[in-house]
Amino acid sequence: MNDPLPHIPALLEDMAGRIAALPRFQATAPLLVGIQTGGLWLAEALHQRLALQEPLGKLDISFYRDDFSRIGINPSVQPSHLPWAVDGRHLLLVDDILYTGRTIRAAMNELFDYGRPASITLAIAVDRGGRELPIQADILGCRLEVPAGQQVKLSGPEPLQLEWVTHE
Amino acid sequence: MNDLQLNPDGSLRHFLSIEGLKPALLEQIIETAASLEQVAKRAVKKVPVLRGKTVMNLFFEPSTRTRTTFEIAAQRLSADVINLDVQTSSTTKGESLLDTLKTLEAMHADMFVIRHHESGAATFFARHAAPGVSVLNAGDGWHAHPTQAMLDMFTIWKHKPRFDRLKVAIVGDILHSRVARSQIHALNLLGAMEVRLIAPQTLLPEQPESLGVHVYHNMEEGLRDCDVVIMLRLQKERMQGAHLPGGDEYFRCYGLTEARLQHARPDCIVMHPGPMNRGVEIASSVADGPQSVILEQVSNGLAVRMAIMAMVLGGQHEVRP
Repeated sequence: MNDPLPHIPALLEDMAGRIAALPRFQATAPLLVGIQTGGLWLAEALHQRLALQEPLGKLDISFYRDDFSRIGINPSVQPSHLPWAVDGRHLLLVDDILYTGRTIRAAMNELFDYGRPASITLAIAVDRGGRELPIQADILGCRLEVPAGQQVKLSGPEPLQLEWVTHE
Repeated sequence: MNDLQLNPDGSLRHFLSIEGLKPALLEQIIETAASLEQVAKRAVKKVPVLRGKTVMNLFFEPSTRTRTTFEIAAQRLSADVINLDVQTSSTTKGESLLDTLKTLEAMHADMFVIRHHESGAATFFARHAAPGVSVLNAGDGWHAHPTQAMLDMFTIWKHKPRFDRLKVAIVGDILHSRVARSQIHALNLLGAMEVRLIAPQTLLPEQPESLGVHVYHNMEEGLRDCDVVIMLRLQKERMQGAHLPGGDEYFRCYGLTEARLQHARPDCIVMHPGPMNRGVEIASSVADGPQSVILEQVSNGLAVRMAIMAMVLGGQHEVRP
């Protein structure tokens, strides 16, 4: 048996509090960007808790993956949509699980193709270890030890919960 | 039918014709195009998917707009593009085409976009292409023009996403039209409720019903209750042959006028692959009218060609010699 997994609503409550307290978001509220699919669910939940006025942005990083030429196109790619200009703005990028860091690199590359933000802050629900790039969360829900052959996955959107997935 | 264009896992290896493809693949092209559309609206109008790949546009037949959209599409995917105008007078198929292919492969092309006046030219290229080299058919003879058909499907889908509820009329020179042939296959695969061909007998292929269509010789009858009408270009050189009377008379019988369009549904969209002959197959007031989506088709061509190129070149993992 694996460790019990943290309760997502409690993680979100705690993360929202720390996001609201960040000095860079005191003058102007951040623009939230969620990464398809789990990151977007969490970004929606944070958007509500933070009572933000401006709409949420969504990113699908399929066309920015560094393994595109090997694995090919994601058959269920969704359009990315940022409903505001990013130039000079403080962005809060949200994803569910931080593993190698490659998704976040791809997301940052995509964001910079929309313009030049003032800053990007990274909020992650679970850091499962295994980083391959110098990328880490500014706001982290929790760290998890993930045994070999196992994955942790966010299911949702209702209810949002973490679950263990065993790989062959 | 055309297994040559598929990888063993069912993904696209080449893109040669609509025939032989599964409906799910056509839907994937449409959905991928929808995801790529927003690239044109950003500060940097590029995604890095084909970074480091080389696309060669090989047009044995003159074409400005198709070649340009393929060129822009490849550039928006970050590929390097080389345009080769190979308008040789009497290229004999076989040996010389093969030599062209092998020479260009030696320059490390990853994809060829081919337009050729002979039916089957793109298939010929694909059959002889080295592992990892893909071929896109940009129009071959009277056979197929599958990227045009897919951009038309994408345009229809954006206005009317339920193909199973659609009556679509294709009007004009079906016989000589590779566009029409590809459109008919695509509409049938996507489950269109009814596909109608409206044309004089001389501009229809033999046994058109075998294509899964209904044939009309009268515009008013054929247009009745249609959701989409696709006008085809009447090639002027055809009018000099035995096929047709002059342009005026053609317009009187088969030209799309505002009055005739009234017979279709009020929200019917009007399409044309271009370039148009105003006053021959379509009245200017219709071409520029509120129901026309002809210019949208051009923009949609970019997103669709990007989608097809990304789908074909992504996941080609054969090791190059």
